[in-house]
Amino acid sequence: MSGGSVANTDVKNSPSQKLPARIPLDAAALVDDAQAIIARYPAGRERSALLPMLHLVQSAQGYVSADGIGFCAQQLNLTRAEVAAVATFYTMYKRRPTGQYLVSVCTNTLCGVLGGQRSYDELSKELGVGHNETTADGSITLEHAECLAACDYAPVMTVNYEYFDHVDAEKAGEIVTQLRSGQQPHPDRGAPLCSFKQISRQLAGFDEFSGTEFSGTELSDTDEASGDAAQEPTLAGNRRADSASGAGGRA
Amino acid sequence: MTAQTLAPVLTTRWPHQPHVLANYERLDGYEGLRRALRGTPDDLVDLVKQSGLRGRGGAGFPTGLKWSFLPRNDGSGSSAKPHYLVINADEGEPGTCKDLPLMMVDPHSLLEGVIITAYAIRANRAFIYVRGEAVHAARRLRQAVRDATAASYLGRNILGSGFDLDVVVHAGAGAYICGEETALLESLEGFRGQPRLKPPFPATHGLYASPTVVNNVETIASVPFIVRHGADWFKSMGSEKSPGPKIYSISGHVKHPGQYECELGVTLRQLLELAGGVRAGRFLKFWTPGGSSTPYFTAEHLDVPLDFEGAAAAGSMLGTTAIMVFDETTCIVGATLRFIEFYAHESCGKCTPCREGNYWMEQVLHRLEAGAGTEEDLTTLLDTCDNIFGRSFCALGDGATSSVMSSIKYFRDEYIDHVRQGRCPLGNGAAAAHAAPSTAQARHVLQTGRSDMIVQGVH
Repeated sequence: MSGGSVANTDVKNSPSQKLPARIPLDAAALVDDAQAIIARYPAGRERSALLPMLHLVQSAQGYVSADGIGFCAQQLNLTRAEVAAVATFYTMYKRRPTGQYLVSVCTNTLCGVLGGQRSYDELSKELGVGHNETTADGSITLEHAECLAACDYAPVMTVNYEYFDHVDAEKAGEIVTQLRSGQQPHPDRGAPLCSFKQISRQLAGFDEFSGTEFSGTELSDTDEASGDAAQEPTLAGNRRADSASGAGGRA
Repeated sequence: MTAQTLAPVLTTRWPHQPHVLANYERLDGYEGLRRALRGTPDDLVDLVKQSGLRGRGGAGFPTGLKWSFLPRNDGSGSSAKPHYLVINADEGEPGTCKDLPLMMVDPHSLLEGVIITAYAIRANRAFIYVRGEAVHAARRLRQAVRDATAASYLGRNILGSGFDLDVVVHAGAGAYICGEETALLESLEGFRGQPRLKPPFPATHGLYASPTVVNNVETIASVPFIVRHGADWFKSMGSEKSPGPKIYSISGHVKHPGQYECELGVTLRQLLELAGGVRAGRFLKFWTPGGSSTPYFTAEHLDVPLDFEGAAAAGSMLGTTAIMVFDETTCIVGATLRFIEFYAHESCGKCTPCREGNYWMEQVLHRLEAGAGTEEDLTTLLDTCDNIFGRSFCALGDGATSSVMSSIKYFRDEYIDHVRQGRCPLGNGAAAAHAAPSTAQARHVLQTGRSDMIVQGVH
């Protein structure tokens, strides 16, 4: 957990890496959303809004910039140092512009042993980027992730935090190739993919899209079309119980 | 009749799309809430106490007792502080994958438990702190909150009872430490997620220094069932001190990984029968009973009853019942290194033993895995563990020592093989999948004599 001043949260690029163009923060466009976040918490407890608000500024720029930190500080009547201290503590706040898709490969013990490490290594080679680095075309940011809490579907990886299950190196390569060619493979569970900025907006607690980058993308996750959350490993016990009662029990 | 081992309660609705409110209601959803609102808050606290329900997040603290520590006022007097309910949905312990599926598949079951619990502890605001990466779960929960509010299960004057409750789904931002309850509260207040000194405990000084109950997802999702079926029904499952059903998550080198809900006290042998055994042609080498913070077990622990007392008596902990199964192709040093890399990364940095200890253990394990270590490194590791365990600010440090100490206890020979051969005897990483069992592993299987059809995968 590295500490850091506000200045450190801004970009230090390796010269060989062309990063996605930086967009200035349109603070005026975020004020209403920031106030809506604050309203979720009890009066006098506005600071609770900080984590979602950092997700909000990340949704505007694809990372938490110095301007984003300044915006949160202003909305919550905090110092920039107080906000930066929080922003640098949490892994999901990115300190450099993030690609359209954040590809997170679990390389913790269990997924790692089952093939996650190989997937990560091959993706890294193929994309020519290391941990927390972004491809030159700005499409993919790669990271090795800690346990993603889907061990029963291991090895797993996520794209903008949506699950792809039982991912070997070959499947990982296919998914990334599709993403880079402008396709959007459907996650094995969950809603259709959206951009990193859009998922950051969801993390801020907003389920509707504004300024969609992908027209026609549905966020509603209440219908069956959105990808069923309950697949075989989730229902393993239920299936076993059913087969026992249906067939009068089996050894 | 292995399926008889199963005790589906919390998972019964899962195949029936219960995230759709109408489906949930058709399956007796919100019946527990209706019943709960007919009684008094104190009746509920007593009921949950009688049921013997213990926290499902790892520590196993009696839930009803925790609730009873809150001041028994309604929090509305001029001097009284409001009460809060906070759900710990920051699931991130390596191996643990029970709360996310529950929230993704059956979010109303958590929400119903939240409403009942808030009523019991006289809270009008509840927060569900969901791990940031779990966007799918948070989305489903927010939809459930909207649907429940529209149906008068949430909001003002719930079902005409006069009880009001607001629920906010709050996403974290990637920090395992926030699963520690006081770090979670710090994070929810908008600070770095670092644990607080206890006492005072959250029951009196929790969120916003107010009386607060922090409970795990599975714990709270159990409450509506207890309300509907009673304390005696709940106690009819499991053991006297660890009653009820529990979701066991089996992952790794087994034929059918997944969620298996059984009575507390089930054994790994029974669970492996359900999960189809270790993958074909392989042997059980080691496993965790409840995530990476619980000391490893081996094939000699196949018949340990997996409840709070049984796991502890055998030298480990029940933890989150996240059972990670590893066969003989897995290098114990490499596996342990990965876990320590995790703890070193996730240590919040507040206290020296955990911050420095994990940093150094990571270096030493790297050296050992690469075959460049010495036998003295094992002493260094154990000394370091000694300086972390019991001396850290919170349980993260204690948990980090589990894999190191238990791996040396059961697999010292394999560490020594790394030193003497100057390399990993199994070959590192990807090559491990094709490696033959080491002599140490073969010896272990012979000593325990457990190479039967259950442990060994079915060909």
